[in-house]
Amino acid sequence: MAADGDRKPAKKLNLKENYALLTRGLGWEPSYQKKEDIFRTVDFEGVKIHDWDKWEDPFRLTMDAYWKYQGEKERKLYAIIDAFQQNNGQFNVTDVRYVQALKVFLNGIVGLEYASHRGFNILGRELPGVGPRIAAQMQAIDELRHATTQIHAISHYNRYFEGMAEFPHQFDRVWYLSIPKSFFEDAVASGPFEFIVAISFAFEYVLTNLAFMPWMSGAAFNGDMSTVSFGFSAQSDEARHMTLGIEVIKFLLEQDPANVPLVQKWIDKWFWRGYRLLALLATMMDYMLPKRVMSWSEAWTIYYEENGGALFSDLARYGIKPPKYADVTVKEKHRVSHEMWSVFYTVRDALGFPIWLPSKEEMDWFSEKYPETFDRYYRPRFEYWRELEDKGTPFRSSTLPKLCQVCQWPCLYTEPDDASEFVHRQGEYQGEIFHFCSDGCSDIFHDEPEKYVHAWMPVHQIYQGNCFKEGVDPSAADFNPMAAALDYMGIKPGVDGGSMRDHVDAQRWESWTARPANMHEGAITDAVRKTT
Amino acid sequence: MSRSAQPVFIALQANNDTLAIIDAIHEDNPNAQVNEYPAMVKIDCPGRLVIRRESIEERMGRSFDLREMQINLISLAGEVDESEDEFILEWKTA
Repeated sequence: MAADGDRKPAKKLNLKENYALLTRGLGWEPSYQKKEDIFRTVDFEGVKIHDWDKWEDPFRLTMDAYWKYQGEKERKLYAIIDAFQQNNGQFNVTDVRYVQALKVFLNGIVGLEYASHRGFNILGRELPGVGPRIAAQMQAIDELRHATTQIHAISHYNRYFEGMAEFPHQFDRVWYLSIPKSFFEDAVASGPFEFIVAISFAFEYVLTNLAFMPWMSGAAFNGDMSTVSFGFSAQSDEARHMTLGIEVIKFLLEQDPANVPLVQKWIDKWFWRGYRLLALLATMMDYMLPKRVMSWSEAWTIYYEENGGALFSDLARYGIKPPKYADVTVKEKHRVSHEMWSVFYTVRDALGFPIWLPSKEEMDWFSEKYPETFDRYYRPRFEYWRELEDKGTPFRSSTLPKLCQVCQWPCLYTEPDDASEFVHRQGEYQGEIFHFCSDGCSDIFHDEPEKYVHAWMPVHQIYQGNCFKEGVDPSAADFNPMAAALDYMGIKPGVDGGSMRDHVDAQRWESWTARPANMHEGAITDAVRKTT
Repeated sequence: MSRSAQPVFIALQANNDTLAIIDAIHEDNPNAQVNEYPAMVKIDCPGRLVIRRESIEERMGRSFDLREMQINLISLAGEVDESEDEFILEWKTA
């Protein structure tokens, strides 16, 4: 018998074997608890799963590799953030209008990363299969990493600019931030399979490329290495999440034909919900990047029509159709950013960031990028508003907008085939009337009215008097309901919203950088030395 | 099975680490189109894109674990099949 020293070491496991041991070998069948008591929510949506072992994670990421590469990503990211901060990178971006987009990001999007972290923790607990459970747990950690790195990166800007310091407080209270907040709460309040189809597939696979590719590339183009680094660092995890998203869909569709109509319904619903949420990004790309990489319309063509088209033609073999109302998104791509910026402009006093009218240079770019719509519908509007500003009588809206009961956006969108007519849809449920911004949102409501009648609608709540700080007396002679509601939200009138020209960020930018606050329109203060 | 001609893509950060990877992809996939954007390179390819470990190693002059791509990966489209030697993106049906 050979001595032990002669024995060859065990063969090193290959990637597939390693992953199989992690996701199959570590699971067990319960013996003294009933399975349905452990996994309580897995049955109630009606999804049929016959064999969880058919689940395959194509990335086959094992724990050792996960921590190794995530650690490396973090070191790289923080090295860049350090360098950015040490070099006063916040003053090297194109101009201070760009910084306003970061406020939207911090106040509106970071909360979603955290909500997603919570959602995937729930899935990591509730899904009976070991493969998807591990993927969900890794994703929960990723999402927490995204929230913390985004907060760290943007906290440096917070030292210099207004409107960022109260982001968790504002996320729960500001009227327009209920749009992202309610989106994720709708998803988390669904069953586990609807949640994973909603977030991993419809949102991450189909839609988030728009946020993290053209927009982040735009951040780089505007000189913000800190934001582009956290964006790309997050998106490198996202590539893994997207792969999970498509795996989920294939798994559900292959397990049982009865799952097909359920999955189709969720794709239709969450594509539309996600698309409405992303409309915010359309304005960030078209209006808030002083130097632009591509228009929203071009980005939608590449990332939804071409890449999404490839995805849905692949899924056709399962009987899955492209999302309902995808055709409406293609019609709206010529209009959506302009319609939204117009609404932002009119309600600028109730926003957490200042607004400006597009410069001549920008309007010419819009005319080129939006030949069918810009000169016809939006240029005349912006030129008229510019005229009113010059006369000292700027246009503003003094009432709050009517909101859509589902997506919670103001009903600001126009008819798919008529850009001069606002969409107005309404429906009745138990004797009450509800309003919608689109057929997409109307369908979602009527499929689950019991869910959406409970929506916390900020404008309704303000008018009902539920958005004032404790101790405020609405019967006092000098009571100003708008001012009291903004105070409750944490928005300081005259500091946070309003017009860019009068904004403190613009004044400080010019005095600190000696460069114009708006690179297209010249300086607004004497701090910038005239060179012509 | 007929092969799809629908585009798959991979997007990587534009930096020193990815020069060799992009070069290898370009060489191994004659139909791939390399699009450069600020800070980002997006490679589109009809139907199927193969990333080979050996091709990257030749260019880097060191051993390379394909999972290292995670560090500089921005996004991708297509179904993934990964082994030690190849990372494949493809659409299965036409």
